[in-house]
Amino acid sequence: MTQEEIIRPENKVYSRPDLLCDVHTHYCPGCSHGVVHKIIAQVLDEMGVADRTIGIAPVGCAVFAYNYIDVDWIEAAHGRAPALATAANRLNPGRLVFTYQGDGDLSAIGTAETIHACNRGENIAIIFINNAIYGMTGGQMAPTTLLGMKTATTPYGRRADLNGYPLAITPLLAQLDGTCYVTRQAVHTPAAVNKAKRAIRKAFENALAGKGTSVVEVVATCNSGWKMTPAQSNQWMAEHMFEKYPLGDLKDVESKTK
Amino acid sequence: MEEVKLMKGNEAIAHAAIRYGADGYFGYPITPQSEVLETLAELRPWETTGMVVLQAESEVAAINMVYGGAATGRAVMTSSSSPGVSLKQEGISYLAASELPALILNVMRGGPGLGTIQPSQADYFQATKGGGHGDYHLIVLAPSTVQEMADFVGLGFDLAFKYRTPAMILADGIVGQMMEKVVLPEQRPRRTEEELRAQCPWAACGRGDRDHRNVVTSLELQSDKMERNNERFQKTYRAIEANEVRYQEYFTDDAEYLIVAFGSVARICLKAIEDARAKGVKVGMLRPITLWPFPTAEIARLAKQVKGILTVELNAGQMIEDVRLSVEGTVPVHHFGRMGGMIPNPGEVLEALSACFTDLKF
Amino acid sequence: MAKVYGAVTIDTNRCKGCDLCVVSCPADVLLLQPQEVNDRGYHYAYAANPEKCIGCAACATVCPDACIEVYRVVEK
Repeated sequence: MTQEEIIRPENKVYSRPDLLCDVHTHYCPGCSHGVVHKIIAQVLDEMGVADRTIGIAPVGCAVFAYNYIDVDWIEAAHGRAPALATAANRLNPGRLVFTYQGDGDLSAIGTAETIHACNRGENIAIIFINNAIYGMTGGQMAPTTLLGMKTATTPYGRRADLNGYPLAITPLLAQLDGTCYVTRQAVHTPAAVNKAKRAIRKAFENALAGKGTSVVEVVATCNSGWKMTPAQSNQWMAEHMFEKYPLGDLKDVESKTK
Repeated sequence: MEEVKLMKGNEAIAHAAIRYGADGYFGYPITPQSEVLETLAELRPWETTGMVVLQAESEVAAINMVYGGAATGRAVMTSSSSPGVSLKQEGISYLAASELPALILNVMRGGPGLGTIQPSQADYFQATKGGGHGDYHLIVLAPSTVQEMADFVGLGFDLAFKYRTPAMILADGIVGQMMEKVVLPEQRPRRTEEELRAQCPWAACGRGDRDHRNVVTSLELQSDKMERNNERFQKTYRAIEANEVRYQEYFTDDAEYLIVAFGSVARICLKAIEDARAKGVKVGMLRPITLWPFPTAEIARLAKQVKGILTVELNAGQMIEDVRLSVEGTVPVHHFGRMGGMIPNPGEVLEALSACFTDLKF
Repeated sequence: MAKVYGAVTIDTNRCKGCDLCVVSCPADVLLLQPQEVNDRGYHYAYAANPEKCIGCAACATVCPDACIEVYRVVEK
């Protein structure tokens, strides 16, 4: 069978999602953000809710998320995305409101807004990209940076006595009464990507159904910040990050009540 | 027949917000303005008009909730007092930069720092000169009565939506806490979804049947585009300066001396002026209602007629800078102020007048 | 036994040459161009061994730039 015979519309099994805007992203080659953007676009396409979705973009590498997914967006001040989402959702019933935040945005400067939005059980979805480093500002330490990990502000490796401990924030969020679904995913393999996509879909469905706050942490790479190739980064992540940030559901109220 | 009620200025704000048809209020308790949130909670507008009322986890969160709500085209507001308004400055700068309408109430208390919970006007600079980072202005309304507290909610929202820029009611602890007669505005319905989409085509409220997405952002990394954004903001500010200056004059027709005072202090000064006139001294007053835009031309006009100007403020001398800029050195401008919750009486104002202008004797 | 034929199309101008598709491909179909670069200077991915493709979409699934589309035919 020739290539021409195979490459026909009726044989297509994987397409670029319609909701992804026809632009080049500003992300570095191999950046996990691109994968997560893509699966968000796929989920919104599949759910058919693009007309009633409001995304809240963070400050950090994903600040321009609003240029890439073809839904309404509001760009938040650093860390404040859950506060914006709270109001956008409460004032506009029936909308799917989600935030997209990095580890600095969500677990450093925006800790208060994150915890309180989750504690109020806002009917929103929070997508949390944890790559253990500040990418946009040039690779400084994040709250989630592992001990020993070298960054621009921990050039000799993070030390607990100098810099404190790596912060696993999703287990904290899972303890709050307002969260209905808290899960930790990754996008380093095809299987992981598909699983993360299902988690995001579930989070979005929870938000629309008014079940409370859903949090999907995606343990991710920053190959530029980590100073590795994208493939090396995925390997390093699997070998080092998953020990501190193990993958899987931390809380799923639905499955518990059954 | 009009229904006259007796209530605090802070309570009047809450009633007026509901009656305006506001969509949301997001606040955090701080003295001396907590009655706004308390009154809203007691009135439960979410059961009547559908207005959202939420006690946020901080002033920072509250102003960012306002940002999120305003970005969807909703009429939203917050209130706080001086230290809390300092915390809100980041969000206010973002509101201005994203060209979002919103209403912010500052019931000023004495500062700096935690200062005191007593009335003050020491946030004049912060309110009128920017407050947060970047080149921007707020529309600043200064109420001197409980009636104006109620009226300026609607005025503030209307101006904010007309110019797509945040507006502030800059009240002080006296006007916030004082009980006075007030006629509340008629209840208006909240805007429907269709009205909102028609009036705010820029709102990021979900695409609906729009053929494009809306993005609300203050970020623009291309310098030439950012300069164009700034030029657009400035054009808006020039239009506001041209159209929205508000002030009230008292006894200025024959005045030989002029007092400039705003908010609650203007009421004290009015009594002082009546006392002065009883003694044959022709003093008048201009009370700026909009602190930004400032009534520059009106003060310059009066400066040609009077021998001198005294600004009376509950601060160390802030509005005096704008008065001096208005008169451009043509007449002497002096300041009299009390600070940290100390309120002058009319006699002190008269003493200040005669101390500043030696030919003036009472 | 059914035979599976696959094929990929790659938007080479969108590709950033990150290599993740190459690593994820179970059939050794893809490689990065050793010399050629696209408009933005990246050694883009291409199907070096297109006949080996099974249309599993692993490459497209991990692609951060959504520049791979996948086709599959199952011949019984």
